[in-house]
Amino acid sequence: MRGDYPLNSTLRSSRRRLRATVVCALVAALVLSAAWAPAALAADPIKIGFGMALTGGLAANGKAALIAMQLWAEDVNKTGGLLGRKVELVYYDDQTKGATVPGIYTKLLDVDKVHFVVSGYGTNLIAPAMPIVMERKLVFPALFGLANNEKANYRGYFQIMPAGPRPALDWTATYLEVATRQTPKPQTIAIVGADAEYPHNALAGIRENIKKFGLKTVYDATYPPNTVDFTPIARAIKATNPDVVFVASYPPDSVGMVLAAHEVQLRPKMFGGGMVGLQFAAFLTKLGPKLNGIVNYDFWVPEPSLKFPGIEEFLKRYQARAAKEGVDPLGHYLPPWAYAYLQVLGQAIEGTKSVDQQKVAEYLHAKEHDTIVGKVKFGGNGEWATSRVLQVQFQGIDSGDVAQFHKPGKRVVVWPEQFKSGNVVYPYEKALK
Amino acid sequence: MFSLELLLNALVAGILLGGFYAAVSLGISMAFGLLDVVNIAHPVFVMLGAYAAYIMNVRLGFDPILTGVLFTPLFYGLGVLLYRVYYASFERKGAESLRGLVFFFGVLFIVEVSLLLAFGVDYRLVEAPYIGESLRIGSVGIAFRLLVPCVVGVALTGALYLFLSRTFYGRAIQAVAQDAFALRLMGANPFRVKGIAFGLAIATAALAGALLIMIGPVEPAMNREYIGRVFAVAVLGGMGSIGGTLVAALILGIAESLTATFSGPSWSVAVSFGVLLFALAVRPAGLFGR
Repeated sequence: MRGDYPLNSTLRSSRRRLRATVVCALVAALVLSAAWAPAALAADPIKIGFGMALTGGLAANGKAALIAMQLWAEDVNKTGGLLGRKVELVYYDDQTKGATVPGIYTKLLDVDKVHFVVSGYGTNLIAPAMPIVMERKLVFPALFGLANNEKANYRGYFQIMPAGPRPALDWTATYLEVATRQTPKPQTIAIVGADAEYPHNALAGIRENIKKFGLKTVYDATYPPNTVDFTPIARAIKATNPDVVFVASYPPDSVGMVLAAHEVQLRPKMFGGGMVGLQFAAFLTKLGPKLNGIVNYDFWVPEPSLKFPGIEEFLKRYQARAAKEGVDPLGHYLPPWAYAYLQVLGQAIEGTKSVDQQKVAEYLHAKEHDTIVGKVKFGGNGEWATSRVLQVQFQGIDSGDVAQFHKPGKRVVVWPEQFKSGNVVYPYEKALK
Repeated sequence: MFSLELLLNALVAGILLGGFYAAVSLGISMAFGLLDVVNIAHPVFVMLGAYAAYIMNVRLGFDPILTGVLFTPLFYGLGVLLYRVYYASFERKGAESLRGLVFFFGVLFIVEVSLLLAFGVDYRLVEAPYIGESLRIGSVGIAFRLLVPCVVGVALTGALYLFLSRTFYGRAIQAVAQDAFALRLMGANPFRVKGIAFGLAIATAALAGALLIMIGPVEPAMNREYIGRVFAVAVLGGMGSIGGTLVAALILGIAESLTATFSGPSWSVAVSFGVLLFALAVRPAGLFGR
């Protein structure tokens, strides 16, 4: 047994050393982990999630919007990200189907654990996401929805489209502002639109405005979204002989209506209003001179009155990317706004130094934001505090060459006064010549 | 708002639209009506025809109709090939009903996604000097954009009708539709005859697609909007009756146009399908059904 002592003693001392080593290692690990914690957090990206129409009817715009959003993320990450963290976009194709939207946003929030969500493109795709963001009290920057928050009046909703505080009314009022300032003043109006969310909202708005501007409605109808032939509609409108025709249509219908109007020689004093699609290169180039005289809404065109800081540089980069991906080569309609709605979110995150939904929402309400589409100030309902819907008239288009639409003078801003770049050619027939 | 001028114009517009519907539906009438092949993918082949017309128009400046005619043999070959796959995988094994339907759904998605990858999601249009122009005969205006599809649709119907009633292969196709076994006893090969018929059905899509893109812009997913309409025409016409398809297409076109002109366009589709339901209640086999 004696002979065991030195062994026991050695064993004990080595155990002691081992224990000390383990304790030291644990302490060092704790200290190190504490020291590394902020660095590890800093490496976690801020995730922004959304569904986007990458296939289906609105995909042409959805893809263009996605390019703009990716450009924003690249720009932010190049300058160190937000709050020192990289930005990561997490997105899914909503297939232009409202039914896919609730599932996408639930997955983004519960599985992907995104920090913020923003909307996909268009009224019909924003509406199905609203109950989820409202239930979870999230900030929700939205991309081109008409009057999505009119009934809910949700505090976290922020619409980048400058329709104004009363979207359906303000949007359509601009068209009638232009019409009723002309001489001779128009007396009658025909209104027509697709059986879908946006046209319904637009038609509801213009019905109110018609009363305000003292016009008489002689035709008021909607058509199914898959209508093939628009000539019977154009002819029925022509039979009522209206002074003004307001059309709220989606892209394929807009083309159908423009062609049908030419074919049946529908010649009101003013024609256009709410036709989606007449802002895209694919349609501008194919319709060419048939667009002359149409007065239609827009949000940005390359007129000298709308040169905001950063927009031209953005468009150059977008156009280079769009050419490779085969989407709208002009990118004047949606991409600047898709970039801008992430700009305002980014500025609010930086401004509050926080990813807290409540704080970010309050910041977005309180401040004015500098973006590539100009200064953005949100009103109480999350719409722009003042409307900046433009009415643009197609003038002097003599071919389908896309290059002409990069330059000013073909889509002349006739409303509002602040951004006006030319006068309306009135009546419509005069501009056709 | 009623006037004789409006009525005449609505009738003419309906006839023009009907002619176009006939062109789009002929393939379904042949495949579904004569061969009992539920080719739910037919509208996507129409879309393929539309994109062929687009690419030839943009690259080579070809008129869409010319492209439609040029691509017809290619589509015929595609149809024959597709039928061979369908026959070997489903029909021969007697599994054509549900599995065959799933097969054509699969074909629909594959072609649609291929178009998406090749052309992107943007709307595509073609240019032709007559698009957007119209012809006036008295108080009736006729849009060339709709007149050309109608003329081509009627001509296509006439050609198919003559082929089926006057030629050996045409009669063989009608025979296989009636009794494939009896045809076999006569020494003909039903598989080969059905292959020819299915090839012809798909070949009509090349022209129908060219007509579609002439009328308005297209995008790959648009084919689904036409599934209901083309089957409605084929069923109303009497499943396999080529003349019946044209008559049914004209009835639906006129019903749509009259409703759009006089009662508000939002009712037009409802009225068309109401006509279909009424006709089927009176004649369950369709207007010219056997």
